[in-house]
Amino acid sequence: MSADATSKERIAMRAAKEIIPGSIVNLGIGIPTLVSKFINSEDIFLHTENGLLGVKDIFEEDEIDPLIVNAGKLPVGETIGASYFDSAESFSMIRGGHIDVAILGALQVDETGCIANWAIPGQNILGVGGAMDLMAGAKKIIATTMHTNKEGQSKLVKLCTYPITSIRKIDVLITDLGVFQFKEGRCTLIELMPGVELEEVVQHTEASFEVNIKNLTNTVDEIF
Amino acid sequence: MNKVRGLKEAVHHVETGATVMVGGFGLVGAPLSLIETLTDHDATNLTIISNNLGEAGKGLGMLLRQGKIKKAIGSYFTSNREVGEKYHAGGIEIQLLPQGTFSESIRAGGAGIGGFYTKTGVNTEIAKGKETREINGELYSFEEALTADVALIRAHKADKLGNLTYYKTARNFNPMMATAARFVIAEVDEIVENGSLNPEEIVTPHLYVDALVISNKILSKEGVVS
Repeated sequence: MSADATSKERIAMRAAKEIIPGSIVNLGIGIPTLVSKFINSEDIFLHTENGLLGVKDIFEEDEIDPLIVNAGKLPVGETIGASYFDSAESFSMIRGGHIDVAILGALQVDETGCIANWAIPGQNILGVGGAMDLMAGAKKIIATTMHTNKEGQSKLVKLCTYPITSIRKIDVLITDLGVFQFKEGRCTLIELMPGVELEEVVQHTEASFEVNIKNLTNTVDEIF
Repeated sequence: MNKVRGLKEAVHHVETGATVMVGGFGLVGAPLSLIETLTDHDATNLTIISNNLGEAGKGLGMLLRQGKIKKAIGSYFTSNREVGEKYHAGGIEIQLLPQGTFSESIRAGGAGIGGFYTKTGVNTEIAKGKETREINGELYSFEEALTADVALIRAHKADKLGNLTYYKTARNFNPMMATAARFVIAEVDEIVENGSLNPEEIVTPHLYVDALVISNKILSKEGVVS
């Protein structure tokens, strides 16, 4: 696995630890999709906005049903107790506050917790999907992303320069460098990812943040 | 009343300049036989209300290539890169809505509701020019309902009356679209005798459905097959 892929898996693994048993969870496209393989509890149900509660990962070719897909249009399976519904009902669940956790990708997050993840300035805006609805309605929002973009610029910025997804703020940001909590418009680094030093986070972050790392023991297992 | 039609006869209801709702999340749950039949039909200058415009050269992507789509209203057009090329060249008008707003607008259209207020996207670029209103201390923006001249939808089974059942995630936008157009054509895998569908499993009651056609396309693991 490449260093980049390992970092993404690590982010997904850490995100899975934010999910408590009994939760209904919606996973976005990209790193969020990887989270499902780190969810062990049978008491966590995955919701996909194209109309399925009870998404199950599939691993064998013969399990594929081309008419069962997730929001990324990838083939998935159904768990015991799964249900299908139309898109209006699915988004009623989302906007109506019935989804406990949404895990989303991000292009930028600013120091107050405002997120941009649907459009790049100067490019044609031709897709928005369900991200804005999830931001408007899910009870807890976790954003997952690599800390810097391909040009090495911080994605945790002072102010989003990309169009924002919602006026509602995210709760937690998990990157390959650390875990940040957003409360009352303030950003706090609460954890470092394995092998990461605080100086490295400071060096790669444009936003101002406070540091409140309770213990230096990482919560992500050193399995890599 | 016999609602069963041939594909060609059914798509005859789509006229030049019409607004047409088309079901499907990408190709999943899209009425692929009806769409292909439309490529041989002379109606053009269409406004398409559909979550996506298929994939490059597939599903609604075929109509896009033919230049028959004047405007598209949906939530995610990036899955067909040709939409971007066409848009860039000024060949298509796009109206983008968040997916939940898109589906609710169709639901509202079918339910006789003129519009609704939603928190989704309020005070962001997507809500530019839309009315904003504070309700119980929270900001909402106003969205108008969507209706169409014709809806082309995909269901699993129909009885001869036009009652419909759906299959897995191929349901998606189809049940709402069945309610929101003046003429509704349902493409199905199978048409069964009246009375053989359990009334509890019927998702779309027959009063919404004007015509039934049998599908001749299947979305398989290998792609679209006839």
